[in-house]
Amino acid sequence: MSPKLQRIKESILEFFIKASGVLIILFVILIFLFLLKDSLFFFNSYSLKEFLTQGKWLPISEPPIFGIIPLLLGSIYVTFFAIIICVPLGIGCAMFIAEVAPSFLKNILKSFIEILAAIPSVVLGFIGIVWLGPLVKRIFSIPTGMCGFTGSILLAFMALPTIISISEDALRSVPYTYKEAAFGLGATRWQALWRVVLPAASSGIIAAIMLGIGRVIGETMVVMMVTGNSPVIPSSILEPLRTLTATIASEMGETVRGGLHYFALFSVGLILFIITFIINFLADLFLHRSKK
Amino acid sequence: MKFDAKTREKLAFFILGMIALIIILPIIGVIAYIIKNGATALTWEFLAQPPRNGMKEGGIFPAIIGTIYLILGTMVFSLPLGILAAIYLVEYARENWLTRTIKLAIINLSGVPSIVYGLFGFAMFVIFLKFGTSILAGSLTLAIMSLPVIITATKEALEAVPKSFREISLSLGATRWQTIRYCVLPYSLPGILTGTVLALSRAAGETAPILFTVAAFYLPRLPRSIFDQAMTLPYHLYVISTQIPNMPLSLSFATALVLIVLVFLMNLLSIILRAYFRKKKLW
Repeated sequence: MSPKLQRIKESILEFFIKASGVLIILFVILIFLFLLKDSLFFFNSYSLKEFLTQGKWLPISEPPIFGIIPLLLGSIYVTFFAIIICVPLGIGCAMFIAEVAPSFLKNILKSFIEILAAIPSVVLGFIGIVWLGPLVKRIFSIPTGMCGFTGSILLAFMALPTIISISEDALRSVPYTYKEAAFGLGATRWQALWRVVLPAASSGIIAAIMLGIGRVIGETMVVMMVTGNSPVIPSSILEPLRTLTATIASEMGETVRGGLHYFALFSVGLILFIITFIINFLADLFLHRSKK
Repeated sequence: MKFDAKTREKLAFFILGMIALIIILPIIGVIAYIIKNGATALTWEFLAQPPRNGMKEGGIFPAIIGTIYLILGTMVFSLPLGILAAIYLVEYARENWLTRTIKLAIINLSGVPSIVYGLFGFAMFVIFLKFGTSILAGSLTLAIMSLPVIITATKEALEAVPKSFREISLSLGATRWQTIRYCVLPYSLPGILTGTVLALSRAAGETAPILFTVAAFYLPRLPRSIFDQAMTLPYHLYVISTQIPNMPLSLSFATALVLIVLVFLMNLLSIILRAYFRKKKLW
């Protein structure tokens, strides 16, 4: 190939390489614009204030009421309890893997965490229906096991791989000299871990928790299958409820394309997009702070 | 009661060990539970036959094929784009606002909930571009969702190739692209493949993004083209475990078993690739 031809070929290739990078930004903008476009159709005929303050979600009543509060509270309830369950477990497990376990045990534990991360959410939802739901029903003697709590437990397990791997990275990236200094002052391994390494890794651990929250809020199949699908303001976690994600997934199929209900679901999607965007952005800030 | 420091250490480490056990035991339990209840219904007929009698009998052949089509479709779109974007970030990009924006976009893409990808795929590919509910629309949706994982894995693989490889190649008069093509890509291929297989295994198990973009409730024949709807394993499991009354449970368990075996096999493949190439590592 002549040098000239080579140069032309190369600049075409470089154009494609650069275009791919720019395309990634374009995708995010496109997702946002498509959600925004259909949300604007919705807010054209339904007031934004009603949407944000109404306590009822009754999309097929006459006239329909689209209040996001019950769905938002459903998401918050489920996420809160999932995080209460998985943060102590996840950070404890990360501490065990990073500082305590001998290397063979470490490898076994890590492969189990990878297995957990690989299980599709629909399979966990199925397990919730056939096993965990009935179990929760028996333990708390409630009318149905298809409730927020069952969902929280499953979501906690789904968030564990994220929380464990990022916390473990954060713990291991604490310089060894910190621990040496603690040992030099007569600290035991546990004291060094608890009082020196853990605080030093706190930025990374906060990032891990935030990414876990993002994962739990965005999860769809598990909550749709096991939380009972009832869009009312829940008074306790042991009652059926419905999240933002499950609402979109379960109602989209029944809507009339281009109808008010259809556009309302895009507004719910836009709210979800904004929430997860903020969470991930903050998590990344913490992650960078921990790298410094 | 006050313990001395040594006893407290033992106690604390014991509690941490128990926490690890509390996490591991349910994982083992769930997998054993699915294998135990699913293995009996897992016959050759189940794998090779279409569903019959309102899905209460017969097999899941069309769902397996549909899932394989989707995996291939996702790979076709996400692999080239992901690799090129990663090459741009590692080999070409300078530290400027464009690069920072691309990185922020990748972080954001990786955090977008799967159901929002489903909404977007529906609005963009199914309706706006008029692909209809089809394998094409679903593959594109899953491809965009898989991009962050593929880009991150490729970036790491490219960065792991020593700088000196590039310097030597450039000093011999090779162009920037020749350097990437002959001195960087061959050595980062294992990392790229590992990450890709992992990303695809995740896409294979996803349900929410394909709900409105590909999934057919019941379609006992095989898809004829990329513009056709398809049954898929995750959606099929969702349908038979929530939408069909009096569904024989053994068939649901067997479907769950086939799905996790497929996903685990892909994970295993990525582990084998990693181990195989690590042995052959040249530096």
